[in-house]
Amino acid sequence: MVEISIFILLVFMIIGMVFVLEMKNLLSAVVMMGAIDFGLSVIFLLLSAPDLAIVQIAVAVISLVIMIRATIHREIVETPSQESTFSSRVVMLCFLFLFFILIYPAFSLLPIFGEPIFAESASSSMKYLLEGMTQTGSPNIVTAIVLDFRAYDTLGEAIVLFTSVLGAVSVLRYRNRKKPGSST
Amino acid sequence: MTGMTIIVKTVAEWIKGFIIFYGVYIVLLGHLSPGGGFAGGVIIACSFIMMELAFGKDQAAKELSKHGSHLLDEYGALAILFLGLLGYFLPKLPFFSNVLMQKFSFIPFHILSAGSIPLINLAIGLKVSTGLYSVYIYLSHYDPRMQEDE
Repeated sequence: MVEISIFILLVFMIIGMVFVLEMKNLLSAVVMMGAIDFGLSVIFLLLSAPDLAIVQIAVAVISLVIMIRATIHREIVETPSQESTFSSRVVMLCFLFLFFILIYPAFSLLPIFGEPIFAESASSSMKYLLEGMTQTGSPNIVTAIVLDFRAYDTLGEAIVLFTSVLGAVSVLRYRNRKKPGSST
Repeated sequence: MTGMTIIVKTVAEWIKGFIIFYGVYIVLLGHLSPGGGFAGGVIIACSFIMMELAFGKDQAAKELSKHGSHLLDEYGALAILFLGLLGYFLPKLPFFSNVLMQKFSFIPFHILSAGSIPLINLAIGLKVSTGLYSVYIYLSHYDPRMQEDE
């Protein structure tokens, strides 16, 4: 049942992607991206990953607002439709065929859907699942791993966000001479 | 009179507190239920962005200015680093070790449990909310024409 729901949502997301790529209006494409993000969040929820679903829907909403704000003031230009010639389509189909041939062995090596990969008791993820609650005191195993066992990676992610904030501030700053005291 | 219509302003004023409350709830209970510092921080940033959209930039600058949000972002990063350095206060412990969990005994499944994990969650929530808000406010207030007359 979960697989069927995920399959339906994936088909919906692929149709949405095609609409995003083909749409002439920039604002409609941005709104369609929001629908795709919502579908992805529901997929995470069906795969019983509520932490990831919350983060996905919140980041999708915030990026949607930023993108709408960025596109709604620009004059929306219709992109000139490029006439795709017959040879370019043939080349594209050849590359798709080659891609599927090359990636087929990797697909056959994947485990069955829903099978736990690291189920052996000796693996590190099993150790986290067994001892995470007693060692960190946190019933949410995701938080226990992210903020205790792998807290150094979380520090790296925080530094990545800090660097992006610094980049935005330093690129988009004003040098306003009229009001030197005000911090704009 | 900048901002949107009076309907949007009234509704934004009503639901602002609920959104911030929900974000703080997700941050504070990050070690017990789904969520955590990042998700809660993004939700808090959403409420700030909603207020900025509804009331315009002048009213939003009164509540949390550009400079203030940037400063809070830096304080959040410093708090995460300080909580990581707590591991060095005890001998033979690595960086980011859960010192409070080993020094004190907590009752599990309570808010005050899991040692320093809720504190790191709070720091990440502060950092993410103010950082995303400052990125948004710098992106949306940027006007290329003001750069030229320098």
